[in-house]
Amino acid sequence: MKGLRKAISLIVAAGLLSSTAQAAISDDEIRIGYLADMSGTYRDLSGPGGLEALKMAVEDFGGQVNGKKIVIFNADDLNKPDVGANTVRQWIDEKNVDVITGLVATSVVMAVNKIVEQENKLALISGSASSSLTNEHCSPNHMHWVYDTYALSNGTARAVLEEGGKDWFILAADYAFGHSLEADITKVVETGGGKVVGKVRHPFPSNDFSSYILQAQGSGAEVVALANAGADMVNALQTASQFGLTQSGQKLAGMVVFLNDVHSMGLDVTQGLMLTTGWYWDMNDETREWANRYHKRVGRMPSMTHAGVYSSTIHYLNAVKETDSDDSQVVRAKMIETPINDMFAKNGKLREDGRMVHDMYLAQVKTPAESKSEWDLYKILRTIPADQAYRPLAESQCKLIKN
Amino acid sequence: MTILFGVPLSVLLGQLLLGLINGAFYALLSLGLAIIFGLLRIINFAHGALYMLGAFVTLLSLQYLGVNYWFALFLAPLTVGLVGMAIEKYLLRRITGEDHLYGLLLTFGLALIIEGLFVKVFGVSGSSYPMPDALKGGFNLGFMFLPKYRAWVIVSALIVCFVTWYMIERTRLGSYLRAGTENPKLMQAFGINVPLLVTLTYGYGAALAAFAGVLAAPIYPVSPGMGANLLIVVFAVVVIGGMGSIMGAIVTGLLMGLIEGLTKVFYPEAANTVIFLVMVLVLLVRPAGLFGKET
Repeated sequence: MKGLRKAISLIVAAGLLSSTAQAAISDDEIRIGYLADMSGTYRDLSGPGGLEALKMAVEDFGGQVNGKKIVIFNADDLNKPDVGANTVRQWIDEKNVDVITGLVATSVVMAVNKIVEQENKLALISGSASSSLTNEHCSPNHMHWVYDTYALSNGTARAVLEEGGKDWFILAADYAFGHSLEADITKVVETGGGKVVGKVRHPFPSNDFSSYILQAQGSGAEVVALANAGADMVNALQTASQFGLTQSGQKLAGMVVFLNDVHSMGLDVTQGLMLTTGWYWDMNDETREWANRYHKRVGRMPSMTHAGVYSSTIHYLNAVKETDSDDSQVVRAKMIETPINDMFAKNGKLREDGRMVHDMYLAQVKTPAESKSEWDLYKILRTIPADQAYRPLAESQCKLIKN
Repeated sequence: MTILFGVPLSVLLGQLLLGLINGAFYALLSLGLAIIFGLLRIINFAHGALYMLGAFVTLLSLQYLGVNYWFALFLAPLTVGLVGMAIEKYLLRRITGEDHLYGLLLTFGLALIIEGLFVKVFGVSGSSYPMPDALKGGFNLGFMFLPKYRAWVIVSALIVCFVTWYMIERTRLGSYLRAGTENPKLMQAFGINVPLLVTLTYGYGAALAAFAGVLAAPIYPVSPGMGANLLIVVFAVVVIGGMGSIMGAIVTGLLMGLIEGLTKVFYPEAANTVIFLVMVLVLLVRPAGLFGKET
């Protein structure tokens, strides 16, 4: 009898334990994996700087949530989908990592998202541009935080159209990202009463853009849109400046422009360029305070993706704290329920499709005379309200949204 | 306006001129590779890194020492040439006579290390180098706006290429060099210091790469990856021209620039591939390259 009672109580106890385990924090640790390009093309907009932003978030939490330690893993994905996927697979299988942050090259992110969805973990995407991540490729496991191609092309193209640029020439990178950007721009231009008079798709990556710039000059377009990113965009802009593209009356519109790009090209080349950004360090006291802390650690000012890594991690950790759980769906529900109010976004909202919608900003690069310091680079022209900036749910093809 | 193959003649002329400018870079870089391969039989994968070093020396000497562009045109090749000589003397010399693969791996490893160090210090975005005042602006050629700097690139690159060719093919020093390539042991027996000749040759090849780097600094972003991107194309150019052929490297460099320029007008998607396509064709028809000697 005694043995039986003991057995029953053990079973009951085990049952209790397992039921609390679901609402508790597995392994008594919150494990965060930071996966990004640490050495290649996208290093400066994510890379070691993003890892530092993640560490800042963890430190601001005192290194623990409800007495449970926060542990960080990090790896370089080399912008290769297989490398990224293998790393994440290993993190989840062997280290039981709860959430993946960073995440830059769209191709890598797509591969990682599949694993994260299979294993029911979470991914907080700060670096990727493609708007398809929360459209046809959405999942209940990843969230897209900072910006996307829809918001950028929409913001910039519309603003330039309103200023009277009707005839467009599009210079696009010849791969999935460039094509989708080209389609997004074309749509905005045509619905806004403009016309795409010419376009050229350049190989990715390209070393020399003079030929394409000459074609753009010959097209007679009023606006030349750059549907590329990183080194290609930098290169195209520099070439355009040498060939006197803007002096001959044509306007340049960069679609995916980061602070580090403008910084590296210098204001002589980039002045007057219109762009859309999700965040800028010099907007208010809160952003400046955070940016200065970051600057002290990294030696550069943060780009919007760095700020996004910090913001998304803080929001995640807050949800873990309140639910006292690291179960992905419990945390996600809490993250969706709570508005995002921090130095990155005001009244930001995480939608059911994984898109974090927040105000975007139309900015213009300052002239050398306007700029007062090394990182004083943007003028914020106006705010693009969150509901206009992102693709409305009514147009969504996401499987989680019933349309 | 005259139309040729559906493209206005003026546009075509502009593109050909641009192609020639890119070709000038290819010619400078492949010339260095060809010289090094000719004498050392080393497939120099560090060439892209040396080109990048040239651009960085230009940039950093301006930022920290206030050295202007014109002085950098000499300073950068000199500095990088010395680095090259050190590489030859202390590293490459140790594997003389080994299989090609050793030289290839050694220089490739070196390139990775040098580029990795620069990424660590300067990031990947790189910086821009201000255009020298004398070369700002441009000429209106009627069919296109030609920035002065691009005109300068083509003129200076052609002069350097020609001088190099002349030195190797028409002077006594060049004849030693060529003889050293054919039979180093015999040359040594004649009392010529072949090891020194080899060191100087590698140094000169490195200096040529650095010179191209200085020319590139004001028009392309100066970044650690700038050489790696270009190197593969330049290797294709050397293969098309014929490994080790001096004139072959120069002419093929310019020719490939032109072909690439035309591709950018008619089918831009293939612009990065067209040189490799030519390479495959040449290898099929003339395995030794357009200017190479069949052995």
